[in-house]
Amino acid sequence: MEQRYTGRTFALEVFAIVLGLLFLVPFYFVLSNSFKPFSELLSHTVALPSAPTLDNYQRAWEIMKFPRAFMNSLIITVVSIVGLTVISSMAAYRMVRYPSGFNRLAFGLFVAAMVIPFQSIMIPLVSVAKEFGLFGSRTGLIICYFGFGVPLSVFLYHGFVKSIPLEIEESARVDGCSKFGVYWRIVFPLLKPMTVTIALLNSLWIWNDFLLPSIVLGLKPETRTIPLATYSFFGQYTKQWDLALAGLVLGVTPIIIFFLSLQKHIIEGITAGSVKG
Amino acid sequence: MKAKRSLEDWLHQFTFVAPAFVFFAAVMLVPFALTFYYSFTSWNGVSNEVSWVGLANFKQIFANDSAFFDSFSFTARYTIVSVVLVNLAGFLLALLLTRPLKSRNGLRTVFFMPNVIGGLLLGFIWNFIFVRGFSAIGNATGIGFFNLPWLGDASTSFWAMVIVTVWQQAGYLMVIYIAALSNMPKDVIEAAKVDGASSLQTLWRIVVPLIMPAVTVSLFLAISWSFKVFDLNLSLTKGGPFRSTESVAMNIYNEAFQNNRFGLGTAKALIFFIVVAIITSIQVAITKKREVEA
Repeated sequence: MEQRYTGRTFALEVFAIVLGLLFLVPFYFVLSNSFKPFSELLSHTVALPSAPTLDNYQRAWEIMKFPRAFMNSLIITVVSIVGLTVISSMAAYRMVRYPSGFNRLAFGLFVAAMVIPFQSIMIPLVSVAKEFGLFGSRTGLIICYFGFGVPLSVFLYHGFVKSIPLEIEESARVDGCSKFGVYWRIVFPLLKPMTVTIALLNSLWIWNDFLLPSIVLGLKPETRTIPLATYSFFGQYTKQWDLALAGLVLGVTPIIIFFLSLQKHIIEGITAGSVKG
Repeated sequence: MKAKRSLEDWLHQFTFVAPAFVFFAAVMLVPFALTFYYSFTSWNGVSNEVSWVGLANFKQIFANDSAFFDSFSFTARYTIVSVVLVNLAGFLLALLLTRPLKSRNGLRTVFFMPNVIGGLLLGFIWNFIFVRGFSAIGNATGIGFFNLPWLGDASTSFWAMVIVTVWQQAGYLMVIYIAALSNMPKDVIEAAKVDGASSLQTLWRIVVPLIMPAVTVSLFLAISWSFKVFDLNLSLTKGGPFRSTESVAMNIYNEAFQNNRFGLGTAKALIFFIVVAIITSIQVAITKKREVEA
């Protein structure tokens, strides 16, 4: 039921736009000041840069070893997402279609584990990670993301698999498709909307995560991700806002581009992922 | 085919469930079980020697560790204030953006945007805003609010954390509330209007009860985010000034990884888990009870 566009709606529109602009002010400050030399940043913080310069970016790019941090973040995020999608969807499917005692117990554990705050298990995780030789490597970190990502991903897939009619699978079986074939050729393609949701939610989480990588990887320049690189950069250049702001813009840009190009799916994904609880 | 399990079925069960379960067990179940064990030891995180100390860690925490309880009190105050404000802001934004505004799709994107940036980078961004941006605005306009010592004082740092939290999280809850509001049956609202209910009465007596499932989820999310706050805390105030804004998560982190007292840190982590589990289950139980069928 579309209401008419009245004067009151117009007033609300103006109010909403002003509010939206206020929301963006922090981004304006960071972005505009990142193009100023240090002295101008201090004397004219509010104004637009008088002679925009890329110097800050050049230096921040080198100090942060930006391309490497970017590649690390990208590899870790992509591999974790692909792995999580495969193992979670398979587990959820089997758990829905063959609800044995063990599968029920395992699913119950996944659901229960969602209330455990990460900080409650991070300390013993260190000893487990050392035991399995997961320490200091990207592979180790990815394995941790598999483990931490499984509960929510299985939970979301679980709800979705239930809505897929069993008849399609049965007729495929009758036609001679193997059990594995049924999953990969019939079921997995049907899961696509949920796969998109889960992949997007997990990528925002993994890309931005700081605490887990800082514990597992440490702050070594070779393996560090964008949040880790930004963190050590800030430790070094706390008061040098010109450099620091350029570093911040570099760190924020990839995820903003990712969001703006997929925003419709991300917002739908949040909705789909949170309506159950 | 109910008979006994065939080899193919075992293979199917194993390849489908084992990978997810093994990673989960290695990374969550085993560490969680070990939490109970390490909390009774004086392990330092490095040596292989883990000596059993019984309840000593818990005695130490409850008798001598006022900093831990200060961090709890800070986290509790921060959680209460930000959960209320974030939900209020998210709900009001949702009400505003379910109106037939021409700019609403763009604005939804704008309000959601802070959420895609991690807490650590957001904290650094706001660090600059509080230190340089606010004072610049304050000097230009002479408004006292902007000239407060935002990160230099215990009470203003608290509000600094709250401001950034609302800015970051309101958009996420807005999305959830928008979904709930647009799925709401319209005829009930119409009926209330016909019966002469004021807009406030309609909102409180009809709309809020109908979107209770979204309230349950939003409260749950906001409580668990605030309780676990670490990244934002680290990059915005580092827990200062004088540990006045130190969250529980940061206190546990420092105990383990700065002071190398893993046993003591684990005991704190266990207490933290119990508190979070109790609070979130109480909240879900209460709000679930208020959910109604349309």
